[in-house]
Amino acid sequence: MTDVTMRIWRGDSTGGDFQDYPMTPNEGEVVLDVIHRIQATAAPDLACRWNCKAGKCGSCSAEINGKPGLMCMTRMQDLPGGTVTVTPMKAFPIIRDLVTDVSFNYAMAEKVPAFLPPPMPEGGYRMFQQDVERGQEFRKCIECFMCQDVCHVIRDHEENKAHYAGPRFFIRYAELEMHPLDTNDRRELVREVMGLGYCNITKCCTEVCPEHIHITDNAIIPLKERVVDADYDPIAWLGRKILRRTKRSATEAAVQPAP
Amino acid sequence: MAVVESSTKVVLGGTRGGPDVSTLRKDRWWLQPVITTSVLTAFVIYSTWAAFQNKNYYVGAIFHRDLVSPFYSPCLAASCPTGSTAGFILHGWALSPALIILIFPLGFRLTCYYYRRSYYRAFWWSPPACAVADSHASYSGETRFPLIMQNAHRYFFYAGLVFNTLLTYDAIRAFHQPGLGWGVTVGTVVLSVNAVLLWLYSLSCHACRHLCGGGSNSFAAHPLRYRFWKFLTPLNAKHMNFAWSSLVFVALTDVYVRLVASGALTDFKLF
Repeated sequence: MTDVTMRIWRGDSTGGDFQDYPMTPNEGEVVLDVIHRIQATAAPDLACRWNCKAGKCGSCSAEINGKPGLMCMTRMQDLPGGTVTVTPMKAFPIIRDLVTDVSFNYAMAEKVPAFLPPPMPEGGYRMFQQDVERGQEFRKCIECFMCQDVCHVIRDHEENKAHYAGPRFFIRYAELEMHPLDTNDRRELVREVMGLGYCNITKCCTEVCPEHIHITDNAIIPLKERVVDADYDPIAWLGRKILRRTKRSATEAAVQPAP
Repeated sequence: MAVVESSTKVVLGGTRGGPDVSTLRKDRWWLQPVITTSVLTAFVIYSTWAAFQNKNYYVGAIFHRDLVSPFYSPCLAASCPTGSTAGFILHGWALSPALIILIFPLGFRLTCYYYRRSYYRAFWWSPPACAVADSHASYSGETRFPLIMQNAHRYFFYAGLVFNTLLTYDAIRAFHQPGLGWGVTVGTVVLSVNAVLLWLYSLSCHACRHLCGGGSNSFAAHPLRYRFWKFLTPLNAKHMNFAWSSLVFVALTDVYVRLVASGALTDFKLF
């Protein structure tokens, strides 16, 4: 393969800059392989997070030539020659070099009200295959947080992190909302507190998902439609009045069930 | 409003890594917004021009045809030519009859989840492409007026179904050629393809998928809704294709009817 210049962001919270590392990638190498060779040769103090090297742990998320990608799943031969830039995920504070502090996501994960099943019926809980399959897609998430990184709501507007859960957690909310055995109603919660309305469905989360989860079509838009049922559809409102159905407030929905 | 106290707080701020530039992307990310802007702008200009023309939208008995432009159907004004009206006349309307009805298909497309993605990217630059900085200092998404009105999409979808039914009726009616009997012309094919594409666009709509079955929490308990949902899901995956093809074809249909009605083109009989 032809020689490339690996232009890697080096720095920490006090500042940083690009450093160039001329490399000759071997056939079949991925970006993470080249990063490891740089660590082994030119820059032993280069920090990067990695674990499985198989696209299943979600650790090595970075931005390669400006687009979020897993370093272990991006082949060097698929990148245009010349210079390859590698930068840390832009939406999160930097710790060092390619390592970022993703604790925003852990805070949002803690806010998701857990699964709330009804009391165990005689014979146990039962779910049918078609209902299992629907939620299974969302369970493929490897929590690489690239969908969070690319989402312009927080990537370009830091202040929105205070009231926006982000696509990774919208698929979790969608999975729980669609679960036939879940008794909670999180529609007001995702609208009022988790900022579903901030999403303008530009689908970047879907584009970067390494597990090819249809985040927008199968999770965010269905959630938005459920919020319309709860808040914006006068016919649905009338139906609730006639059938005497209530919706759960954000505060009620946010209560975590006892372990 | 914080309703859940979690032990890990959301910490705002902190130094971000990478250079302070709008994007480091090297590919032609600008191409898609340019194409979207060009096509949508061309459609808006053409449809506005066509809506204000108020002529050449109906090919009637004088040509032994019964073709009406989708921009003018249903034709509800008193000025509509004989044969083009839908039975109901809005008396006192002096402007082009297209202006009465176009708000409904326009609203359906304007609030469509796919078009929202496209025009937020192309016109608002919010963001122009993935991992390219959006061009606004602050951002409230669809949480406030006027963008909160996007939640009315399903009502435009209902209206769209009515229009699809009427345009299907127009297409079927076009097979009857006054004075000649029944037959197939290029015009009938054009109107039929237009109706089929509009149906595919409407049925692949995300609101339709939700209303037909997606809103259910248990497919096992609602097998009929599940079958609808299962049928619509592959269509929904092609919503973008149907959105563009139906948009372009509805304009082409108007062009065709307009050319035939003005006498610039002959509507050839196929059989």
